[in-house]
Amino acid sequence: MADETVLEAAGVSRVFDVSSPWLQRTLAREPHRLLRAVDDVSFTIPRGTTLALVGESGCGKSTIARMSVGLLAPSAGDILFEGQPLSAARAQPGLRRRMNMIFQDPYASLNPRWRVRDIVAEPIRAFAMAKSRAEIIERVGALLARVGLSAQDGEKYPHEFSGGQRQRVSIARALSSDPDFLVCDEPTSALDVSVQAQILNLMKDLQRRYGLTYLFISHNLAVVRHMADRLGVMYLGRIVELGPAEEIFRAPRHPYTRLLLDAIPDLAMIGRARAQVGGEVPSPIDPPPGCTFHPRCPLANARCRAEKPAVTLIGASQVACHAVAEGRTEP
Amino acid sequence: MALLDVQNLTVEFPTRRGVLRALDGVSFSIEAGEVLGVVGESGAGKSLTGAAIIGLLEPPGRIAGGRILLEGSRIDDLSQSQLRRIRGRRIGAIFQDPLTTLNPLYSIGRQLIETIRTHLKLSEADARKRAVRWLEEVGIPAAAQRIDAYPHEFSGGQRQRVVIALALCAEPALVIADEPTTALDVSIQAQIIALLKRLARDHGTSVMLITHDMGVIAETADRVAVMYAGRIAEIGPVAEIVRTPAHPYTLGLMGSIPSIEHRVERLAQIDGAMPRLTAIPQGCAFNPRCPRVFARCRIERPDLLPAGATEAACWLHDATIRPLRAAHG
Ligand SMILES: Nc1ncnc2c1ncn2[C@@H]1O[C@H](COP(=O)(O)OP(=O)(O)OP(=O)(O)O)[C@@H](O)[C@H]1O
Ligand SMILES: Nc1ncnc2c1ncn2[C@@H]1O[C@H](COP(=O)(O)OP(=O)(O)O)[C@@H](O)[C@H]1O
Ligand code: SF4
Ligand code: SF4
Ligand SMILES: [Mg+2]
Ligand SMILES: [Mg+2]
Repeated sequence: MADETVLEAAGVSRVFDVSSPWLQRTLAREPHRLLRAVDDVSFTIPRGTTLALVGESGCGKSTIARMSVGLLAPSAGDILFEGQPLSAARAQPGLRRRMNMIFQDPYASLNPRWRVRDIVAEPIRAFAMAKSRAEIIERVGALLARVGLSAQDGEKYPHEFSGGQRQRVSIARALSSDPDFLVCDEPTSALDVSVQAQILNLMKDLQRRYGLTYLFISHNLAVVRHMADRLGVMYLGRIVELGPAEEIFRAPRHPYTRLLLDAIPDLAMIGRARAQVGGEVPSPIDPPPGCTFHPRCPLANARCRAEKPAVTLIGASQVACHAVAEGRTEP
Repeated sequence: MALLDVQNLTVEFPTRRGVLRALDGVSFSIEAGEVLGVVGESGAGKSLTGAAIIGLLEPPGRIAGGRILLEGSRIDDLSQSQLRRIRGRRIGAIFQDPLTTLNPLYSIGRQLIETIRTHLKLSEADARKRAVRWLEEVGIPAAAQRIDAYPHEFSGGQRQRVVIALALCAEPALVIADEPTTALDVSIQAQIIALLKRLARDHGTSVMLITHDMGVIAETADRVAVMYAGRIAEIGPVAEIVRTPAHPYTLGLMGSIPSIEHRVERLAQIDGAMPRLTAIPQGCAFNPRCPRVFARCRIERPDLLPAGATEAACWLHDATIRPLRAAHG
């Protein structure tokens, strides 16, 4: 069972129509405008492991997260849960209850008018996972204990908790249908570092104890380093480097990964000047041709400006870069 | 004489349920040309400290005690019109969201020229030249052409560059930057921090850099103040605060931050949460979470005490007690 794949994305893309309203478009003779939020992305997540996706705002992380639990359909490509197409898997309550999602904002994702015990019990009720009221109460108490809260906390409303406690409630709710696959979209980005440490430790403990599989999304490379077994680095809708996290941190290959690692402020950086990534992320509505990173890449040449790089396998990593494929170290 | 000297600053909010003391006896100073980082969890009092210094406390918040001295003269008891003159000219401000600082109805050039002419005796044409120079200096490409563009025509990173130009264009002695990069992408954050650092150095400006990002502090600040529950828990040189902190809270905070340099199996964890203003415990405010708490901590509140290279508000560093104990032992 060790190498069994829980989730697989195969050539997944997602396009959003961001055109102006029809009338305005017709009057101004504007064409349809399409935004390719996710572009031909493939990955697998083995059971009991964490795949982390990092990238800057707007690069498509949340779009992948939502597609991975079936909240959003891909425009092209397939997502498979334990080998079955996600849509088919989600049609079976027995499989649907086994995947869940934790969101960035513990304030927005909890219904403020519900008591915590009802928030946590909702999936148990929805999937008819308990036979009696007493059993529900017992399960909710156990879930709250599992995330470091107490059964009495179930009587309270979300606003009575701090940010970190609210994120614990979200995790308890996400765990209440006994899932083995969790998609976590920036679960600690809204939290202070000391609270973040509590939540990250909790997530790791739960993974170890219950063999959970995570798709973990963050823009924070240090957090990702702490959590990830495997890592995907995203830029403008594509995964530009994918491989074992240790390998990528030790020997990043894609020019974007390298610049990103240099740019991150880190505790170890006292008094050190760091390299900078010039420029800004271009608009995904009108991405540059060829390799979309070429306007910012120190290694860009004519081929990069014309031709989209394919994925090359290097060691255990996949890298989408002409320079890496050609073994080139100059433009 | 320090450029900025904050002495025993106390800020209160009168509410229906009583007076909330949000800052309680905060003291620190910033030397000319120095970057002081201010860190702490949300609600610790970082922004209020900055707001009190530039006289932008939102009512009913008020300075209830202490003094703030800029270049030796008091600025905490000035009138609104006197404060307006100080703001921009002697203290510049940069906030998290550039859109709150920039007026969407005016071109960025207009805003820069206004600010420059409010504070410096320059003609419109000279102020405009100066504005272009500042835009160039903060790295806006084709500054002379873009000076008449409006804030929405710039990207988030560029807007924050414009805000930095606005904060620095009257050459203030001190800049207060409250979470200046939190709303920006990581690669843009690096650019903005490097820019702020370079400008402060080139112009000899002091910076009070408020952020919850220790990584940013580690590479930018000369000294760091760690705030907890409305007080300074520890203050000292950045290297010592990060590597050999003296206060148990700072120690826990540093251990809780994941690093890209090395991976640990478990992060250090401070259990519990910072208390609300309505429930600050007696004695040391950190005592319910402190792994080293002892009887005195629950009764008496520690002030900053010398602790090696730093100063820490913690009874573990009370030198007057320790020799006494040794004598008994
Ligand atoms: N429903 C939608 N309609 C139109 N565009 C969308 C929609 N959802 C996402 N997008 C666009 O798709 C791109 C990817 O968005 P996504 O939310 O996946 O980014 P992200 O990587 O999660 O960013 P962040 O770090 O800011 O959360 C962005 O350009 C975004 O504006
Ligand atoms: N207008 C206000 N009324 C009442 N309390 C306030 C007000 N503004 C801030 N506070 C309180 O003062 C404390 C410090 O706030 P702040 O300086 O904004 O924290 P930080 O910037 O460190 O996150 C917090 O407990 C906050 O809730
Ligand atoms: S393909 Fe070319 S432009 Fe793109 S990352 Fe590689 S070298 Fe840079
Ligand atoms: S004074 Fe006591 S409780 Fe406070 S930090 Fe020091 S040891 Fe801990
Ligand atoms: Mg997102
Ligand atoms: Mg603040």
